[in-house]
Amino acid sequence: MDAMWFSVAMTIVAASTPLLLAALGELVVEKAGVLNLGLEGMMLVGAVTGFAVTFATGAALVGIVAAMLAAVAASMIFAFLTLTLASNQVATGLALTIFGVGISSMIGEGFVGKTIPVLGPVFPEALAGHPFLRLLFGHSPLVYVSLVMTAVVAWFLTRSRAGLILRAVGENDASAHSIGYSVIGVRYAAVAFGGAMAGLAGCFYSMVQTPMWAEELTAGRGWIALALVVFSAWKPWRLLLGAYLFGTVMTLELQAKAAGVGIFAPEFLAALPYLATILVLALISSRRSVGAAAPACLGRPFKPAT
Amino acid sequence: MTLMTRRSLLRTGAAAAALPLVAGRAFAQEPLKVGFVYVGPVGDFGYTYAHDQGRQEADAHFGDRIRTTYVENVAEGPDSERVIRNLAEDGNQLIFTCSFGFMNPTIKVAKRFPDVKFEHCSGYQRAENVATYNARFYEGRAVCGTIAAKMSKSGVAGYIASFPIPEVVSGINAFTLAARRVNPAFQTKVVWVSSWYDPAKEADAAKALFDQGADVIAQHTDSPAALQAAEQRGLWAFGQAWDMSSFAPKAHLTAIQNHWGAYYIERIQKTLDGAWESGDAWWGFKEGMLKMSPFNPAIPADVIEAANETEVGIVDGSAPPFAGPIVNQAGEEKAAAGSALDDPAILSMDWYVEGVQS
Amino acid sequence: MLIELEKRKEPSKAMVYLTPLIAVGLTMVVGALIFSALGYEGARAAWAMFVAPLVDPGKWEDLGLKAAPLVMIAVGLSIGFRANVWNIGAEGQYVVGGLAGTGVALATWHLDGGWWVLPLMCLAGAVAGAAYAAIPAILRTRLNVSEILSSLMLTYVAIQLLYWLMNGPWKDPEGFNFPQSRLFQDFQTLPFISGVGYLNVPLSLVIALAVWFVMARTTFGFQIRTVGAAPQAARYGGFSQERTVWWSLVIGGALAGLAGIFEAAGPFGQMVPQFPTGYGFTAIIVAFLGRLHPIGIVILGGLVLAVTYVGGESAQATLGLPSSATGVFQAMLLFFLLATDILITHRLKWRRSAEGSA
Repeated sequence: MDAMWFSVAMTIVAASTPLLLAALGELVVEKAGVLNLGLEGMMLVGAVTGFAVTFATGAALVGIVAAMLAAVAASMIFAFLTLTLASNQVATGLALTIFGVGISSMIGEGFVGKTIPVLGPVFPEALAGHPFLRLLFGHSPLVYVSLVMTAVVAWFLTRSRAGLILRAVGENDASAHSIGYSVIGVRYAAVAFGGAMAGLAGCFYSMVQTPMWAEELTAGRGWIALALVVFSAWKPWRLLLGAYLFGTVMTLELQAKAAGVGIFAPEFLAALPYLATILVLALISSRRSVGAAAPACLGRPFKPAT
Repeated sequence: MTLMTRRSLLRTGAAAAALPLVAGRAFAQEPLKVGFVYVGPVGDFGYTYAHDQGRQEADAHFGDRIRTTYVENVAEGPDSERVIRNLAEDGNQLIFTCSFGFMNPTIKVAKRFPDVKFEHCSGYQRAENVATYNARFYEGRAVCGTIAAKMSKSGVAGYIASFPIPEVVSGINAFTLAARRVNPAFQTKVVWVSSWYDPAKEADAAKALFDQGADVIAQHTDSPAALQAAEQRGLWAFGQAWDMSSFAPKAHLTAIQNHWGAYYIERIQKTLDGAWESGDAWWGFKEGMLKMSPFNPAIPADVIEAANETEVGIVDGSAPPFAGPIVNQAGEEKAAAGSALDDPAILSMDWYVEGVQS
Repeated sequence: MLIELEKRKEPSKAMVYLTPLIAVGLTMVVGALIFSALGYEGARAAWAMFVAPLVDPGKWEDLGLKAAPLVMIAVGLSIGFRANVWNIGAEGQYVVGGLAGTGVALATWHLDGGWWVLPLMCLAGAVAGAAYAAIPAILRTRLNVSEILSSLMLTYVAIQLLYWLMNGPWKDPEGFNFPQSRLFQDFQTLPFISGVGYLNVPLSLVIALAVWFVMARTTFGFQIRTVGAAPQAARYGGFSQERTVWWSLVIGGALAGLAGIFEAAGPFGQMVPQFPTGYGFTAIIVAFLGRLHPIGIVILGGLVLAVTYVGGESAQATLGLPSSATGVFQAMLLFFLLATDILITHRLKWRRSAEGSA
């Protein structure tokens, strides 16, 4: 493998990571039975906050934490409306996206045209000399966070007691409630986690990919992450695979163009991930195997009988 | 921060405009109201930012004799028709619509307001009260091409492009022709991103071009993302529409700056004098609509000299960017030695010169 | 003092109508406060955003233009929403409808006229929108695929289809390679009624009334409402869940598709890549603001949203408000509406903390 392919692989990692981060959060949210379509909005809130705070303090870590907190705050608007007040999740999620787009560009006004140092490789330069080593050690810390979080989420959902409860809440809220679990409490926690991860994903765009702020910086990638969750059939490791598959398709399109390889109708290539998602959706839904399809309570408000 | 000042400027501008009426100064005329319609946010530090700089220059030049208003982020299509019409209804006597997609809406509104003057940027439809204007961006591209060929070690440039319209195509060709005058084997690899503004995609496109051997990037898209990618790789890139060196102080070679101010001032003056006429203005270096932003200090003196020579050759007409011989990708001659392509040929360009890989 | 929610014995009819007004009021007050804190003229901004266009007859035509597509799509969606069918891909059906109509227009472009062309375009738009919505319907009824996700995915596919057609097969051969279709001929565009707007404005009202009649007065409407409100009862009543899913998606798709071709043949007058402006998504909000009731959608949903769009634009020019303010106001409005929804089933009770702890 020559240096070019290592370089292409680096680009794929960068394109896939934010999708993975955002989708991991949404996966947990959906596993708890909540559909938050406000992913894009929360990512934008995270992106602008991460950039602004890093610009003001000079400390990337402070920026990242602030971004996560800000996105969690945005997700709490959604949680309060859908969980406490049992409002419609689709409408509330869309409102959150509209809100995120608007508020982020208002906050970001004063930061357009500014830049911050890129949140670069976490390992010392000496380790990343050779292209192959670079592929292992040459990434932004958020890349490693995304991989670790994949393992953590996978472990949490399948091996931990809390994860079991969370899945129970998503599959059958009424019985989870009757055993004495707080359906609303669990869902609040899940939505907050989703917000934090969306905030991280947003940061990746404004601090790693392009260290700057611009209106609608994430350019609709929150929706791709949403598709990814479905594509992965709500399984964390498959999500990792899916994110890198989406990232590869997005990158290879540009690589092929740069290499002068003619593609008939690149628009078709761009539509491919979505068509693939529908196909996967059809396959897993029709099989109806246990745990493969969407969480049973997805998108339905929970109103405990009092 | 810049926006705050700009907004307060707008407000004080309005207050100043109201003042003569309140004070009843007999000599004071009602200020001429001039409207601007932008496709992007004024803070994009690129295309729309440059137009707004032009508006501010006009403001500073005329003081309280004019009163300017702008509407930003206007979607191309019916929304723009409404915005333009509202500006006309609000008493704006001269309205600049600053994006190609505003062409049909501008023409439509102009029919309803025959007494209002309209100026549409980059279109090809005119009317009695609709003039068009644009910059000869390709002239700047030629200067960039000269610099690119001198600075590149690999002899390959990457070019991030939006849509294959003549303005973009002629830019790619001028860039490549100039580069091949320096290095006859020079290659330009083009990546179409089908968008004017998508930072993440532009950054990925830049990386892809670097991966494929380019070591200098030019772009006809509006975000500074490609520059940042170049900065991270320690390679070169050109800014777009305005000086973008703050985003990539090491990688930023120079940028073609769009200076619309001179044109705006001239057209407003004509309107004030009652001498406005429809027409088509296509200005370049000579008229000051294009300027190169300060060169990167890392550029050697001989390269700067070559760049300046290219510019001088364009201004005095001795070496136009599309001087022959020009050969297209298929090897057919498009312009013979000693001749040059004329404006209609440049305005409808839909083919690529030899050396372009698109 | 504490505020506590107490469940009502039965839902409050009054609150169904009052809460949207409360939501608008709250948005204006809170919005004014927030924007004042940000250094704008908050009260004037809220006024400009929610009231000014309503009291200015000159803006009524604009309101109709903006509200008509929103109302048509929202009315169609509300049928599904009532039956618990969540078509959130109306944007895609809108695009496909516009494309199908454009296809007819381009195929008949060389004709000298013909009264049948425009109706055929509209028919093609409605059929294509319905067919596109039938995909999630099949997936849902045959394979149990959530229509929320499949209809959303199909939206992106539709937009890529649009880009492909604009960049390739349907590009205007005389348009200098700009990615857009030919301008429609006069006989292919919707009639413009002075003072009212394009024909789609009155038509959208007729359609809303028709849907209201169907929902309120026919067995079909009863079936939809029953399946949504009490699926168990519907099953015992012999209403087919499957047929409800089918019809609600297909009707919703047809109306979105019709709205699409109305936009293309009306305000746009051609097909362009900027055609999808988010009407399909905004219509979801419109449907909720209108309480999923056709008449409510016209008055509260469509009109209020149109007022914020039109008001937001003029607030840019007059108050220097950024364009993003419109989105913030719209989102706040929906947040408040969704929050105050609880007042329909619950009442607020004030009580002293001492009692509360007892």
